[in-house]
Amino acid sequence: MSTLQISIYRYNPETDSAPYMQEFELDTQGRDIMVLNALEMIKQQDSSMAYRRSCREGVCGSDGMNMNGKNGLACITPLSEVVKDNKLVLRPLPGLPVIRDLVVDMGVFYKQYESIQPYLQNDTNPPATERLQSPEDRDKLDGLYECILCACCSTACPSFWWNPDKFVGPAGLLQAYRFLADSRDTATRERLARLEDPFSLFRCRGIMNCVAVCPKGLNPTRAIGKIREMLLSNAT
Amino acid sequence: MSNMRSLTFDAIIIGGGGSGLRAALELAKSGKKTAVLSKVFPTRSHTVSAQGGITCAIASADPNDDWRWHMYDTVKGGDYITDQEAAEYMCSEGPKAVFELEHMGLPFSRFDNGRIYQRPFGGQSKDFGKGGQAARTCAAADRTGHALLHTLYQNNLKNNTVFLNEWYAVDLVKNANGDVVGCIAMCIETGEVVHIKSKATVLATGGAGRIYSSTTNALINTGDGIGMALRAGFPMQDMEMWQFHPTGIYGAGVLVTEGCRGEGGYLINKDGERFMERYAPNAKDLAGRDVVARAMVMEILEGRGCGENGDHVMLKLDHLGEEVLGKRLPGIVELSKTFAHVDPAQDPIPVVPTCHYMMGGMPTNVHGQAIMQDADGNDQVVNGLFACGEAACVSVHGANRLGGNSLLDLVVFGRAAGMFIEEALNEGVDYLEAAQSDIDSAMARINRWDESSGGEAIPDLRAELQDVMQNDFGVFRQEDNMQEGVKKLASLRERIGNAHLADKSNAFNTARVEALELDNLLEVAEATAISALERKESRGAHSRYDYPDRDDANWLKHSMYFPVEKRLGQRDVNFAPKTVETFEPKIRTY
Ligand SMILES: Cc1cc2nc3c(=O)[nH]c(=O)nc-3n(C[C@H](O)[C@H](O)[C@H](O)COP(=O)(O)OP(=O)(O)OC[C@H]3O[C@@H](n4cnc5c(N)ncnc54)[C@H](O)[C@@H]3O)c2cc1C
Ligand code: SF4
Ligand code: SF4
Ligand code: FES
Repeated sequence: MSTLQISIYRYNPETDSAPYMQEFELDTQGRDIMVLNALEMIKQQDSSMAYRRSCREGVCGSDGMNMNGKNGLACITPLSEVVKDNKLVLRPLPGLPVIRDLVVDMGVFYKQYESIQPYLQNDTNPPATERLQSPEDRDKLDGLYECILCACCSTACPSFWWNPDKFVGPAGLLQAYRFLADSRDTATRERLARLEDPFSLFRCRGIMNCVAVCPKGLNPTRAIGKIREMLLSNAT
Repeated sequence: MSNMRSLTFDAIIIGGGGSGLRAALELAKSGKKTAVLSKVFPTRSHTVSAQGGITCAIASADPNDDWRWHMYDTVKGGDYITDQEAAEYMCSEGPKAVFELEHMGLPFSRFDNGRIYQRPFGGQSKDFGKGGQAARTCAAADRTGHALLHTLYQNNLKNNTVFLNEWYAVDLVKNANGDVVGCIAMCIETGEVVHIKSKATVLATGGAGRIYSSTTNALINTGDGIGMALRAGFPMQDMEMWQFHPTGIYGAGVLVTEGCRGEGGYLINKDGERFMERYAPNAKDLAGRDVVARAMVMEILEGRGCGENGDHVMLKLDHLGEEVLGKRLPGIVELSKTFAHVDPAQDPIPVVPTCHYMMGGMPTNVHGQAIMQDADGNDQVVNGLFACGEAACVSVHGANRLGGNSLLDLVVFGRAAGMFIEEALNEGVDYLEAAQSDIDSAMARINRWDESSGGEAIPDLRAELQDVMQNDFGVFRQEDNMQEGVKKLASLRERIGNAHLADKSNAFNTARVEALELDNLLEVAEATAISALERKESRGAHSRYDYPDRDDANWLKHSMYFPVEKRLGQRDVNFAPKTVETFEPKIRTY
């Protein structure tokens, strides 16, 4: 059977008083295409369908969405991975305001990212060439710097849903640790001080939804654990 | 539209990729009233996809490395229509720009001594081609573009740059004097169209690989800046020069970096032969990209291609071992599994030459000032207009870009443009006025789409355009096909002019964006086609069956495409570097 039933969340603020699900049928001719390709085919039937996309190869973070209940990137998710009983349900990332169809307002997500001061801080004058860093120290950034800010993790996190304005969320905390872990950064104390309150970090309940959905295979929970350790050892 | 809002800036930078963000950083630090306008959130720009690295003589892999060797490689790689003054500037200023990136936090990979890791890339040599292969490409694993773009975005946050994210620049506003005084832009989220007034307008809009049906480029690479400038009547330089990257994944177009071959991978045909040994006995798989791409096509045409249809070759990496692949090429392993269903640690990756990079673009000087020609063919600066990055043609890449040289181009010339604009603003530049009629003519196009009530659909026309370019303006070209192609594009121009935008809503209307992009694809495609048809020689990436040789007597020149008359002229190449002797044109072998 090659005709796929796709049900897509629709909402246009100019014409719709409330969001609704729209059904589409798609003949994939038996090919195992990516969800993004399926969306492109649907957009040819209905040009008003709105979603974000750019790189189509899983590196830009544009097309995070909820596919049959799980967050991920449409461009690197083959139908075979998500379709169940010939059905696919596409919804915008949960918990964020919807601008239109599958496009969400990422404002709070970016604000939390900015709150951790996501840039290297070093209070010494830079040398004429590069700052040296041993390969071992550089290895500590692997699994951290690769984040593409797709928001799949934070929008799968119950703690972020309840407190998006106060809990930094997994993506932001992963980046907080990326700079804490960088041997070239000298702002450790200030960075930790900003995370000490009961919300910024401590709202994480270790549910690991974030790890389960990250399309880049990153592990925010582990990074959060490391920051916790640093905070605790700082306190003693 | 009489009550259209206007926004005023000292400088507006259109594009939030590597080049735009580097220019913005310079201006943000200076406290000028600037904004970056980008149709996608900046870290979603195409720079994020760059893999292999940024080429620069920082003398890490080899303490004796010399920027002059890099300059030599760049000039030779460009088949001698690289402007030598620009290449000199890029290669000598490069180390400063790369160290700045490191100081900003870019997580480069490292050698044991703690210095930045550098890998070999194609077309690199020591001692002006006499000292063997160099390793000059600075890398953050195989995610250098991601690391670079995020680092630049982060430092722009640090310096409080103003961002207009998910805003789409529609057209330039040009006054009666021919000065550029700003642009028309649309907020994608609300659909509001505004007039942006600025003293300096910078095109940092990136490439246009989407004019081809098979490309390594992101879906957003539609050449908007080039389209805007062409519609405003400005000439474009070397638009026939398109790089086909040897290793696009067969069927998907997704790139696997030249760094694969830099780390020791190589290409094989259906007999398992390492065929590059025949075409480039010295550099082998690390010859210039144009050379490797042509060799691959020859293998395929002569029946030694792989697969059922014999229409691709294979990239062999398994001998590198899982550890090297995991450490140096982790992104490639991921992409290859996802898009080729191949684990490169076990099996070779099917690859085919794929449209990758636009060497041509808006001609500029080393300060990023846009250049046009006066009636006597002399260079003339366009008041108020700047360009940098892939949209610009400064020209450091000539007829064929070397791997890793684009990222360097972005940061060196983004920075240069920023510094120049800052200085100019300090000296005092006035806002140039635009008449209502100037604004109206910049609005004409978006109004046309909004008033369309019937006609062909956008995706069909786009696909047809891409097929024309793919079939008639590919790796090898010839007169009759190109003649046909030019004709087909002329009829597409008519049809696109009558095409239909069915969705006229305001909020996040991506159909409207795609309509506006289609106009730009057409402008870029036509400029490419006419330039390719008229350059009657083979040089760098431009290879013709009917003119197989380089013709220095007539074509050691930039081409200049004039959109109003649809005419191809020429512009002199710069052979006058300031501190080194000119590299005289030689036969180019690897
Ligand atoms: C897969 C791949 C791998 C590559 N790897 C390497 C490498 O390893 N080394 C190397 O040196 N080069 C590499 N390149 C080339 C290099 O990445 C690009 O040339 C370079 O990143 C282009 O940067 P840019 O700043 O000019 O434009 P981009 O990064 O493409 O940014 C363009 C910006 O302009 C904005 N924009 C465009 N049109 C509009 C509009 N109408 N309105 C508003 N905003 C607009 C976009 O939103 C975006 O922010 C690679 C290219 C590809 C395709
Ligand atoms: S582990 Fe923490 S951050 Fe991750 S989903 Fe659970 S609560 Fe959220
Ligand atoms: S951590 Fe993973 S899921 Fe979260 S934003 Fe980054 S890449 Fe996306
Ligand atoms: S489109 Fe870039 S991550 Fe999917």
